[in-house]
Parts: sequence; structure tokens; C-alpha cells
Amino acid sequence: MSTQLEEQWKAASFLALDAPLAVKILTVALKEEVEKAGFHKVVLGLSGGIDSALSLYLAVQAFGKDNVIAVCMPYRTSSSSSLTDAEEAIRDTGVQSLTVDISPQIDAYFELMPEATPLRKGNKMARERMTILYDLSAHYQALVLGTSNRTELLLGYGTQFGDAASAVNPLGDLYKTQVRQLSKYIGVPRSILEKAPSADLWEDQTDEKELGFSYFEVDQLLYHLLDRRLTKNQLLEVGFSASFIDQVTKRIARNQYKRRMPVILKISNRTVGIDFRYLRDWGL
Amino acid sequence: MRVGLAQFRPVLGDLQRNYHLHLEWIEKAKQDQVELLLFPELSLTGYCLLDLTYEVGRSIYSEEISQLVAQSEKLDLVFGFVELSEDHVLYNSTLYASKGKIVHTHRKVYLPTYGMFDEGRYFGRGEVIRSFPTQFGQMGILICEDMWHSSAPFLLAQDGAKMILVPGNSPVRSLDQTEVGSQSFWYANLENQAALNSSFFLFCNRVGTEDGISFFGGSSIMNPYGDEVARANMLEEQLLSVNIDLDEVRRSRLETPLLRDENLDLTIRELKRIRQSRLEQKRWI
Repeated sequence: MSTQLEEQWKAASFLALDAPLAVKILTVALKEEVEKAGFHKVVLGLSGGIDSALSLYLAVQAFGKDNVIAVCMPYRTSSSSSLTDAEEAIRDTGVQSLTVDISPQIDAYFELMPEATPLRKGNKMARERMTILYDLSAHYQALVLGTSNRTELLLGYGTQFGDAASAVNPLGDLYKTQVRQLSKYIGVPRSILEKAPSADLWEDQTDEKELGFSYFEVDQLLYHLLDRRLTKNQLLEVGFSASFIDQVTKRIARNQYKRRMPVILKISNRTVGIDFRYLRDWGL
Repeated sequence: MRVGLAQFRPVLGDLQRNYHLHLEWIEKAKQDQVELLLFPELSLTGYCLLDLTYEVGRSIYSEEISQLVAQSEKLDLVFGFVELSEDHVLYNSTLYASKGKIVHTHRKVYLPTYGMFDEGRYFGRGEVIRSFPTQFGQMGILICEDMWHSSAPFLLAQDGAKMILVPGNSPVRSLDQTEVGSQSFWYANLENQAALNSSFFLFCNRVGTEDGISFFGGSSIMNPYGDEVARANMLEEQLLSVNIDLDEVRRSRLETPLLRDENLDLTIRELKRIRQSRLEQKRWI
């Protein structure tokens, strides 16, 4: 994988970041965004995957290990290697951690819904984990850190009000390929760097199998489409297939709802989110 | 002459707390024998104000502005605020104060309203780019985006400015393999304009974040040869103070008399012709 990563950088150096500078910008901003809201601690869910691992390592750099709480929330079908990898990251960083098995509440609910699809179950689990993190947020006086990267946000590959929910998300402007680069730079354990990305919602699930393309492929397309603003004809000239371009552009548009607050129906002349416009950092 | 740049982090929309932060930086600067202290753009209010713009706008005669102007007895002060004009227009303004009095106010002319920026929604556009006399000689002020229009420093230098003060709120954008793109552009711009206009350029940027947007700091002072005299750290609060030799303006202009050789009549004639042809064609080019 590390040689594969290096090969990838050669093929698409435009996706590479100045890693030390990126980590500095992210950790300085993360610390400020949390502390000015009146918090000194953060809490995050640790799945054993690379995204939450990078969030964890960035948080440790920003706040120190004593101010970061990692929460493992396995379901009984979660792969055991996920838990082992999460534990390895916890050991390596020395942060406080706890494990909450979500099987009892998930099973209790789906006993009433025997017809539920794996997708419904997966989304429910993601939202269960979110409610646990927000409960622990109040308990520990710790803000919830996000773990969704830019690729996932753009593709809508995440659960609304589930893993997509957080107070501050340090990964939201990093493509998956950049998450891999920074994770390697910051010292995320090798077993996490090298495994296939998976939402781990059912057995043998991998993101790339489910999406139908690799993150490296789609990151290149997203870069040319969004960052360089190329037209469809120009994208074809770069070498992307028409069906791939269509599939991805449709996904981006279809999932815009996940990136927005709920739609509010306008009646007044100063409507929240429309013409009542303030930053979250109002007065901070 | 000793100049200071207060590369600090204002609190978003809190005039009172920012006023006290200004007092702290003024105190530091005084202890460092600074004679001219420059704050970043909108230093009294913070940047991404959105609807807070309506709430923090103040007249230059208001108590908040007067209080800070009064602090300029021992050193000259340059700070930024949302100006509420007599006719109720809000401007992104920077004020130069000396000996307890207002010397000059510059209203930002070029309001970025694209990409991540939305200034044109809230602010009126300044209509004047003019130099002004100070105890240290003729100066001019350009606020952030003003500096990205080459006509702006050109006008100030032609109008006699020897030192151009550039308060900014420049964010981290387009990080790639080697640099923050927005930051590198700034230094290239400042270097070139300083050399082409044979003038000192003082760029004071802020630090801190607002809803995830980081301001990179990296405040910089360029001499009239286009060489960087000093640069502040990135992403950290810092008082960047340094002695500069104003006589370098004389020497650089004698050595390379670009300003003397400028042909204003030609420029004006051609601009008039261009404007006329655009009017006739009813399009911009």
C-alpha cells in the first residue's frame, strides 16, 4: 500500500498537500474553533478506519492526549479487526477511551422491524452512534469531532444525522486520497493505513465495491470537476468516461440535502438560514 | 522610523472586547518604541460579519471610534472598522489617527464578492483612492482586495505616497503540495508593487479562524526595492516591529526613476479612449 500510495502521487501530484503545513493549519484551527466555543476537550467515535484515526491524531496534536476521548461503538457483526485497529490507535496515542456495544438497542429496535434492509440497519447504527457521542459530549463537556472527508461529503456517502453529524469536522475539506497522505505523515498505525476502506455496516462491505469506483479515481475526477471547474468535454479529454462523470455529478447533486440544514418555509422577512445570516462563531 | 504590525485575532462582532484588545497591542507597541502601529482590516469587528455588519457599524464620530482615536497621542494608529456614514451606508473602512485626531479615512474600494467572499452584499463601495500627509511623510491606505487591483497602488504612488499601508484579512485558500496559494500570491504582489512604485508596503494580516476559515497571518514589510524587510509568523499572534529607513525611498527613486518617467497624460488619454469605446460598444471589451 505505501508503494501504491507513492505510485498514486506520481500519477496525481495535484492531489498532494504540503503535509506539515496542512496539519499545522488544521490543528491550529481545530484548537481555536473548540476553545472559543468554551470547550477544552473533544470526543469522537473511532471505527478502526482511516478517517476517524486521522481525526483522532489531529485532535491529540491540537489538545494533547488527556483532552481527547475516543469511543468505540461496535455492533455484534462489526469486524473484529476494526476493533483491534481502533484499540491500536488508542494505545498508540494514549487517549482515554470507552467501548459501548450498540447491539442491544439496535437489536431491540429491529425486532419490531423484521423487514428492515441492511441499509436501514446501517443508517440506524450510524445514528445510534451519533446519539451516544452527543450524550457523552454533554457528560464530558467535550465537543463532538467529525470524521467525514470531502469525498464522502460530496458523494453523499454517509448517514445524515449519523456519522455526518458533528460540531467541528477537521477532515471535511480533505479528499480521501489526502486523508491517506496526512494519515501516513502523522503516524496512523500501518494496519489502518493499509486496509480497504469500509463503512463496516455489513460483513465484507467495502466502500469501493459499494460505490463502484475507487477513491483515487473519484478524487481525481472531483479535483478536475470542482477545483479546476472543467466542463464535461474537457473532463472527457482528460480521460474520464462519460458514464463515470455522469454517475458522480448526479451523486453530488442528489446528495446536496445531506450537506444542508433542513429546508425552512419562508414566511417572515428574516428567516433562519435565508436572510438571518450569522456565523456559528458569532461573538467568539 | 519604527513601525509595528499588530497581527492579532479579533473577536467576531464584539466591539468592546476588540477595543480592549487594541489597547493591549498599543501598550505592547509603546513598550517597543513603535511610532506607527498598523492593525489588520476590520480589526475592531472581525471579518465574516454577515448580518452583524448592520449591528457593528459606527460613525467616525461615535464614542467607540473616538476612544480609540484618542489613544494615538504617543504613536500613530491605523485600525479598521465598519463605518456607518451620515447617509446610512456601511463601509469597510480603515482610519489613520495621530496626536489624538483623525488624519484620514479610507473606504475599501474593491469589495470581493465571489467565491468565499460576500462583501458587496453588505458594504458600500469607496470612491476615493488618495494619499495623505503624516508626520512621517505622504502615505496611502489600501484595504486587502484594493491591493489586487494594480491601478490602486499606482494611483497612490502617483499621488505622492512613499509608504502604503495594507491592512488585510486574507484567508488560507488553495493549499497544494508546496504552499498556501493565496499567501504566495500576496508576497509576489507586494514585492512587485513595492519595486514598481518605489515605496514601502506594510501588509498587516490577521490570524485566527471564523467558522473554519483560517487567516494566515504572515504580515510583511517590503522596502522600495521590493525586498522583504521582515515577515511575521504564520497562524500566530505577533507584534512585528522593525526600524525602517525612509531615505530608501529617495535612494531607490534616484537609482530607478520609474515614477519620474511615468507618462500620466498617455495613461489618462488611453483610459479615456478605452472608456469611450466601451460606452459605444455597450460592453466592457
